[in-house]
Amino acid sequence: MMDSLILRTGVRLLLPLMLLFSIFILWRGHNEPGGGFVGGLICAVGFALHALAFGVRAMRLLLKVDPRTVLGAGLLVGILPGFVGGLLSGAPYMTSQWLGAVGTPLLFDIGVYLVVVGAILTMVETLMEEGED
Amino acid sequence: MNAWLTAAPILIPMLTAALCMVAWKHPVVQRGLSLLGSIALVAAGGALLSIVLNQGIQVVQMGAWAAPFGITLVADPLSALMVLIAAVMGFCVALHALGDIDPVREKGGHHAVFQILMTGVCGAFVTGDLFNLYVWFEVMLISSFVLLSLGGLREQIDAAIKYVAINMVATACLLLAVALLYGVTGTLNMADLSIRVPEVPNQPVISAIAVLFIIAFGMKAALFPFFFWLPATYHTPSVAVQAIFAGLLTKVGVYALMRVFTLIFTGDSGWTHGILMVMAGITMIVGVLGSLAARDLNRAWSWQVVAHIGSMVMGLAIATPLALAAAAFYMVHDIIVKTNLFLGAGLVRRLAGGSTDYARLGGLFKTAPWLCLLLFVPLGSLAGFPPLSGFWGKLLLVRAGLETEHYVMVGLLLVTGLLTIWLVGRVWAEMVWKAPAEPPAMAISTLSFGRTYLLILPLLLLSLITVSIGLQPERLLNLAGQVGHSLTDTSAYVQAVLGTTPSPQPTLLGALETEAMP
Amino acid sequence: MEVIMALAVGGMVAGAVYLILSRQYLRVMFGVILLSNAVNVAILTVGRLTTGNPPLIAQGTEVMDHAAANPLPQALVLTAIVIGFSLLAFALVLGYRAYQEMGTLDTSAMRVAEPEEKP
Repeated sequence: MMDSLILRTGVRLLLPLMLLFSIFILWRGHNEPGGGFVGGLICAVGFALHALAFGVRAMRLLLKVDPRTVLGAGLLVGILPGFVGGLLSGAPYMTSQWLGAVGTPLLFDIGVYLVVVGAILTMVETLMEEGED
Repeated sequence: MNAWLTAAPILIPMLTAALCMVAWKHPVVQRGLSLLGSIALVAAGGALLSIVLNQGIQVVQMGAWAAPFGITLVADPLSALMVLIAAVMGFCVALHALGDIDPVREKGGHHAVFQILMTGVCGAFVTGDLFNLYVWFEVMLISSFVLLSLGGLREQIDAAIKYVAINMVATACLLLAVALLYGVTGTLNMADLSIRVPEVPNQPVISAIAVLFIIAFGMKAALFPFFFWLPATYHTPSVAVQAIFAGLLTKVGVYALMRVFTLIFTGDSGWTHGILMVMAGITMIVGVLGSLAARDLNRAWSWQVVAHIGSMVMGLAIATPLALAAAAFYMVHDIIVKTNLFLGAGLVRRLAGGSTDYARLGGLFKTAPWLCLLLFVPLGSLAGFPPLSGFWGKLLLVRAGLETEHYVMVGLLLVTGLLTIWLVGRVWAEMVWKAPAEPPAMAISTLSFGRTYLLILPLLLLSLITVSIGLQPERLLNLAGQVGHSLTDTSAYVQAVLGTTPSPQPTLLGALETEAMP
Repeated sequence: MEVIMALAVGGMVAGAVYLILSRQYLRVMFGVILLSNAVNVAILTVGRLTTGNPPLIAQGTEVMDHAAANPLPQALVLTAIVIGFSLLAFALVLGYRAYQEMGTLDTSAMRVAEPEEKP
């Protein structure tokens, strides 16, 4: 944890912006360069910055849930849409289903986003907690 | 329905792992999930094997992308057999873990990571795509890193350092080999590769790439020049982790060798299979000598893992249908026996007060006569005593070797067998007959009634499997014969994967530069 | 261009081998990073180096109407980078823990798991 007024003030402004930007990148990845992995990284970096400025505990309070749970939920969100095609028309696993422009690949991407956020924040939390002790 | 069954060996453990992670804070829920997932995997593995045997090779194209472009999952007799055996081992070890894993490791996520390991193992067995195989190897690898260091004892960290370093180099080798093969053929689908590789004009390049594959998979399988990491690491983690590592991880490397060197690199077999033969021979002798030199039960078993890898690769190197069948049979036998031995060594360690050093062992016949009886089955099978499964495996290998006049290899195999009998006799004397060095620090009866049964039930189950294979080898022999035939005549595999879809036109990558791709 | 890339890969592998042969765990890890990067460059090279357009199919059409770069090596490299990244993160944290536990990163001094035999 860094005790810097500039960083703290900066992070207050940056965090919401980065979250918004990460979701934009996630959405953009649907048809253009971008995607869940990059978006997830940006989101995780935002939280990591928050942890750097205010400490890990503050980040955990902000996040509300255990990052590992985010990781697991992301894995579930990534796995489950693959079944939709099979349930609807007996297609093999991971066959994409579309409802207009939105389809199961988007859900998969959201899963990737959550997995990346969960994984990176788990790492950040474990490493920084060790540093603070 | 069949398509889902083919994907099930990946999906079931992956879903279980995800659910375990969601329930991160509740170890009890994780225990239940882990057990349920393991049972489901066994059921899926059994169903898959019976379907493959009755209806032929099962193929599913992920995401409905046609064969050489998308990722294909294939279940042929070998894959299905391996999935079933892996699932049974997963179930036994998960059961043992319920009684054995300490709360620290459980809170560290043992169950979730264990299921991810099973995902990687089963994924490597059913995939029909070379790059996908690499990915499953990595899934397996990273979860094995975590399992190895979970608990954080000094000994574990030390072992993990070496394991991580060697495996990261192996990973780079594998990736480079896959990339180079893609560079010369323009495809990653294994069935497609088996058609394209013989057509490559520059065959020496293929031989060089094949050797790179031998190195990469040899490191994973602990073959001769690359085996040193195994005895340095396998004795350090918790018993359940030791058992699954010894049972499955190296065998995935052997499976990959068998797949790649029967399907893709068959052209220059004098060179590639010759290398494998030499490596296999030295591996057997070095492994068994190492196990005799060890003064610790766990270390001796680690060396034995190495020794018997050599026997399987010998079957692969001879490469007749009988030899491949023998390798498959031996692999099944070895997976069961090694898992059983490591689980048994864990119990012995508990009884001897936390150490398996020969000096601390002894008097087991007095303290736990029933355990002696249970341990006799895998020990006898390891040595190859006639009514048990090890005997049939060795018999098949010897016959295959004699038929093809590989007398040196047969001699090495028999010497290895003799030395293994010596080791077994020695272990039996040290462990069972010798007077105890000191009164046992902790009797197994201090555990609760339920946990004792959880610890012993997997041993009983595995011993029963060994005995039933030994007494009724026909079923597994027939199955192994089918595996041997499907590996020597791969046209059915290729036909099943590529199917009736015509072979795609842009063969060379260079075509992409000038033409628009359809 | 391919020759230059091949030479670059060769140079990187040579450097990586030099580093991996060191006894210091950290240097070994640097070697591994270099090695995996060399392999990534190799993947990119074997996929043929072209200056094409991004392999995206324009809206309303079914096929690509122009020469495009081969997307597969990029997908492979991306996968390999992500995997390498996670392996490396783990390996470095492990090295940190090892330093805390054993006070050294000299691999020949790490003899906890395999103590030296007394004759």
